[in-house]
Amino acid sequence: MTEVRLANLTKAYGNMEVVHAIDLDIADNEFLVLVGPSGCGKSTTLRMIAGLEEITGGTIHIGDRVVNDLAPRERNVSMVFQNYALYPHMTVRENLGFGLKIAKVAEQDIGTRVTQAADILGIAELMERMPAELSGGQRQRVAMGRAIVRNPDVFLFDEPLSNLDAKLRVQMRTEIKKLHRRVENTVVYVTHDQVEAMTLADRIVIMRDGYIEQVGTPLEVFNEPANTFVGSFIGSPPMNQLDGIVRLADGDISLADGLSIPIPQRTRARLSEGQKVVVGIRPDDLAPRGHGIHDSEASAELELSVSISEPLGTETLLFTSIGGVEVQGKMLNPRMVAPDERMKFVLAVDRVHIFEAAGGRNVMIDN
Amino acid sequence: MKAKMDRRLGRWALRPQSIPFVLLLPAILVIVFVVLFPLIFSLYTSFTPYRLTRPESLWTFIGLRNYRRIFTDLDFWIAFGRTILFLAVVINLEFLFGLLIALLINRITWGQRVLRTVMMFPMMFSPILVGFQFKFIFNDNIGVLNNALQSLGLTDQAIAWLVDGWLAMGSIAFAEIWMSTSVFAILLLAGLFAMPREPIEAARVDGCNNWQVFRHITLPFIMPFAFIAMTIRSLDVARAYDIVDVMTGGGPAGRTELLWTLIARTGYDNARMGQANAMAYVSIILSIAFTYYFFTRLVAARRYMGGAA
Repeated sequence: MTEVRLANLTKAYGNMEVVHAIDLDIADNEFLVLVGPSGCGKSTTLRMIAGLEEITGGTIHIGDRVVNDLAPRERNVSMVFQNYALYPHMTVRENLGFGLKIAKVAEQDIGTRVTQAADILGIAELMERMPAELSGGQRQRVAMGRAIVRNPDVFLFDEPLSNLDAKLRVQMRTEIKKLHRRVENTVVYVTHDQVEAMTLADRIVIMRDGYIEQVGTPLEVFNEPANTFVGSFIGSPPMNQLDGIVRLADGDISLADGLSIPIPQRTRARLSEGQKVVVGIRPDDLAPRGHGIHDSEASAELELSVSISEPLGTETLLFTSIGGVEVQGKMLNPRMVAPDERMKFVLAVDRVHIFEAAGGRNVMIDN
Repeated sequence: MKAKMDRRLGRWALRPQSIPFVLLLPAILVIVFVVLFPLIFSLYTSFTPYRLTRPESLWTFIGLRNYRRIFTDLDFWIAFGRTILFLAVVINLEFLFGLLIALLINRITWGQRVLRTVMMFPMMFSPILVGFQFKFIFNDNIGVLNNALQSLGLTDQAIAWLVDGWLAMGSIAFAEIWMSTSVFAILLLAGLFAMPREPIEAARVDGCNNWQVFRHITLPFIMPFAFIAMTIRSLDVARAYDIVDVMTGGGPAGRTELLWTLIARTGYDNARMGQANAMAYVSIILSIAFTYYFFTRLVAARRYMGGAA
């Protein structure tokens, strides 16, 4: 049973505060992903949990211990680094067994556990090689093997896949997920890639500038982004965001270019007349008529001219604009689209997100 | 006849495939006269009883007699052994001090460049001058060291630093270490700068304390750099002559005689050049052995360094 609890956790370099008093509870066996753009403090937070970075304020609990003043080696965590961080002068076998050797585990036990870990990760035939003789993917496997061999309380992953090529990254992503299911351990995983975060996480923590913007399951943060930042960060292609003004009398929100959309039913009670808002529309929720979204009561029609189309096979991305702001839509069962063709788009209004213009908070979420 | 030869030579020199050789000819000639000829000549003289004072002795061939004499010459083997001991002590201490200096400078964040330059100062002096400097420091009558020791009341008699055999060897080693420790320091520092941070962090998470990180991660990483320094320094120290000659002249009574002071004495003072050349060829084996050893270690280390050293 190993929960990790961050309370009021703060990190400052001199006068520069980079992590601002964050609170976070990580459950036993949970796969928690910290995601955010570079410089958001996610890696710093992870390194504070590992003990590689001193804690300026607040506390970190691992299990029932406060680990603030413990050295990394006393925390019983293991970490996988972005550039693998294998020991270059040791064979794969020695790399895997190093932590156990330092912990003075009996030679025989080291052998069994190393073999076991190597079998799990499929690197049994690489045991006598040096790290310099391995490919990127193999090195990554060894790094993960080194982490699981010690059977730690918590696994920490610091952007483990960002040095791999796209194809290998997808493959390793699946393997990490399988691995977690198999070894059942608390995992804290840092990435800047929202796809990785969505696919791996039990819960996602979205960070920006040293603050936590939202914590939730992948579907929660996708379906109910707390603010415009989360809205644009989670989901690909990113959510379109347009300025609008609420007109309760007409029951709609007016956008630029004389366009308007109906107020989504669920948000009506939370809006006031003349309120300035940001309308968040995911490209999936905006499609040309007959290409993905069925007409219903909860839909609206917008006529837009398409500047560029990007065919992806099963779907085509359409680029258009409202009031000079680029807007993306998605066309299923695509047909050829002529440049600058005017098309009628259907908008799934009940899936539109409304944010306050000031601060960007989702109107559906209470403070 | 001669004209015909000249013409044939001229035609050969102008053929496309001979042009590289023609162009390299000056360099080849220089090497032949400056390196190859002296080498062969000195090897030849080691098979003669050649004395500088009796030039005609150059033409007397005596086969391996010089070498046979070396193998029964106790003085030579004492100097040989003393040189190996001197080499081992000096290189190990230089490695130790160099490592210490490099580790300390690596930790400094302010003034690092200045310290790196200051550290190199001893290397900027000629070994002869360093020898003189320490000769006066260690002098038993007027030396700074004895003066200081007596003023501080640590001893009431003059210590004969450069007269007692062991003390004299120690004094010479001190001068040698003072002069050249920075070779190790600078190379090991380069190694520390090239060292990635992640394996160290990984080791700390893996359960290492600071000493274990140093012992298992840092040290193996910088050893290739140490091997380079050791190769350079072993060649340097194995041919040690200048400092020794200035400080003690190999004396007193041969107590600080190293290979090259012995060889120089045999060749120049005793004018027995044939014998001296034979000794020189035997002692070169020592240098080759050390170089070979350190290079083997270096090559083994390069296997995992991926060309970083």
